[in-house]
Amino acid sequence: MSVEVQLSKHWPGGARIEAAFASHASTLALFGRSGSGKSTVVNALAGLLRPDTGRIVVDGVVLFDAARRINVPIEARGVGYVFQDGLLFPHMTVRQNLLYGARRAGTRSLSMQQVVALLGIGPVLARKPATLSGGEKQRVAIGRALLSNPRILLMDEPLASLDAGRRSEILGLIERVRDELKVRIVYVSHSVGEVTRLADEVVLMNGGQVVAHGAVEEMFNRADLRPHTGRFEGGALIEARAIAQDPHYRLTTFFFGDGGTLVAPGLDVPIGGRVRMRIRARDLTLATSRPEGLSIRNVLAGKVMAIESGDGPIAEVRVRVAGKEWPARISRLSVDEMGLMPGLSVYVLVKAIAFDKRSMGFTT
Amino acid sequence: MLSADEVAIILLSLKVAAVGAAFSLPFAIAAALILARTVFPGKALFDAIVHLPLVLPPVVTGYFLLLAFGRQGPLGKVFEEALGLTFAFRWTGAALAAGVMGFPLMVRAIQLALEAIDPRLELAARTLGAGRWRVLMSVTLPLALPGLLAGTALAFARALGEFGATITFVSSIPGETQTLPLAIYNLTQSPDGDAAILRLCALSVTLSLGALMLSEWMTRRLRVRPS
Repeated sequence: MSVEVQLSKHWPGGARIEAAFASHASTLALFGRSGSGKSTVVNALAGLLRPDTGRIVVDGVVLFDAARRINVPIEARGVGYVFQDGLLFPHMTVRQNLLYGARRAGTRSLSMQQVVALLGIGPVLARKPATLSGGEKQRVAIGRALLSNPRILLMDEPLASLDAGRRSEILGLIERVRDELKVRIVYVSHSVGEVTRLADEVVLMNGGQVVAHGAVEEMFNRADLRPHTGRFEGGALIEARAIAQDPHYRLTTFFFGDGGTLVAPGLDVPIGGRVRMRIRARDLTLATSRPEGLSIRNVLAGKVMAIESGDGPIAEVRVRVAGKEWPARISRLSVDEMGLMPGLSVYVLVKAIAFDKRSMGFTT
Repeated sequence: MLSADEVAIILLSLKVAAVGAAFSLPFAIAAALILARTVFPGKALFDAIVHLPLVLPPVVTGYFLLLAFGRQGPLGKVFEEALGLTFAFRWTGAALAAGVMGFPLMVRAIQLALEAIDPRLELAARTLGAGRWRVLMSVTLPLALPGLLAGTALAFARALGEFGATITFVSSIPGETQTLPLAIYNLTQSPDGDAAILRLCALSVTLSLGALMLSEWMTRRLRVRPS
C-alpha cells in the first residue's frame, strides 16, 4: 500500500490543519490527542472533507489534487471507513448492512462467508442493529466495510465507544483482519495500547501538524517525542519471538534483540510467533547486583546509558538491554542511594505478569 | 343508508384528495430535501414561498391557480397542448388545488423527518460505493418513511377539507368539482337543506377522523427505532 497525503485546511475560527506524509506501511496509525487533526486527515482520505490545498494519492490513484482540480467523489474512492459509532443502517438487517457495499466488490473480493466467520457474526445476520450490543455493532461495521472491497480500510477510533473487554476483543479481530485477509489499514487513535499493538508505522500529530513519522518501535522509544506519546505511558516497545512454552505453569518465553529473553504469562502465542511487547517504564526495577530470592521472573543484565531527573521525585534511567534501550522510571532518591550513573552495569527486573494481553500484539 | 349522490360526492372527494396528495409528494420531497440538506443564499425566501399557501387566503391561491392553470393561463396551455390535461373546471383542477393547499404541511412533516436522520449515515453509505441517488432511495427516504406517510396523510386530510381555493379555481360543479365541503356549502344556500347538511357533516367528520387515525397507525407501525 502507498498513501501519500499532503494537505492544508483552514477553518473560519482560525483552526488549521497542515499535514504531509507518505507511507508504504501495511498498517499506518494516525496518533495524537483529540483535536490534533488526525480525524481531519482520515476524513480527507475518504473524501468526507475537502482540503483547501494539497494532494492525496492512494496506491498511485490520485483521489484529490487541488492544483489539478481533482476531487474523486466519496463513492468512487474505494476507501472503506469504519466509524467510531459503527453507523449501521437502522432500517436494515445485519445481512442487508453487510451486503450494502457488495455491489462495488470486484473479483478480488472477500466472500461473505469468510468475513462472517472471521468476525463471528453468523448468529446475528437476521437481526436489526438496534438489538445488537456495542461490540456486535462494531463487528458488523467492520464486516460491512470489508465486503465493499476497499483498497484501503480507514478506522477512526473504532473502539472508543466500547468497554475494556469488548475493546480487546475487537482489537484482536482487527489484527486477524489485517493478517488473514491482508487488508491494509489506516487507523486513527489516541490510545498508545491500540497503536503499538496494531501499527507498523505511526504518524504523530499535534495541534494540526505532523510532529513525527516513523516505525512504531522507533516512535514510542524516542525520548524527544515523549511529550506527545505520553509520559505516564512511557516505555519501550520491542519486537519479540516466542521460543518456548511451559504448559504446566502456562508461561511463554520470548527472544528479543541480541540475546535477550523474557517470560510472559499465557500460551496464546505459538512457538515461532512474533509479538510486539510494550514494557512500561514504571514496571521496571533496577538493581546493582544480581538479586536472589525474588519472585520476579525476568532479570536481565544491562548498562545505564543516561539519567534524566529534575527536582521532582521521579527520575528516568535509560538502560541498554540486549541491544535495546529501555526507559525505567524510579525514584530520584533511589538513583542517588544506588549511585547510578551512565556506564554502570545494572540488572533490570520485570515481573512476568507486567505483560498482559493489552501490552502484547501479534505482528506479521 | 347513503344516497347515490352522497356516495358519488364521497368518492369524488376521496379521488381529488388522493390524487392531489400523491402528485404533490415528489415535489414535497424535493422541497424538503432542499430545506433540510442545503444552504444557499435566499433559502429563507424559498422557505417562505413553500409555506405561503398555509397563510395566504385560499381565495388568493385559487385565483392565482386560475390565472396560471386556467384555459388561457400560460401553464394551463402548456399542459393542455403537451399532455392533453385540462385543469379548468375539471376534477383534476380540484386535485391540483387540494395538492397545492396541502403542500406546506407535507413539506414540513418530511423536512422534520429528514432533519432527524444522522447525515453521517448517508456519508457511510457513500463510502460503501453508493452514489447520491442510491443513498437517497436506500437510506434517506426509507429512514424518512414515517415522515413521508405522516405528511401524505396530513395533506390528504387537509385536501378533504379544501374549499376556498377549489371553489375559486374550478367552481362548484356537481359530479365534477363539487367535493364534500363544496356540496355542504351549496346546500346551505337552499332553504330546506338542514337534514342533508348534517348527514354530509357527519360523513366529513368520519372521513377526516379515519384519515388521521390511519396516518397515526401507519406512523407507529413503521417507526424505525434509533440504533
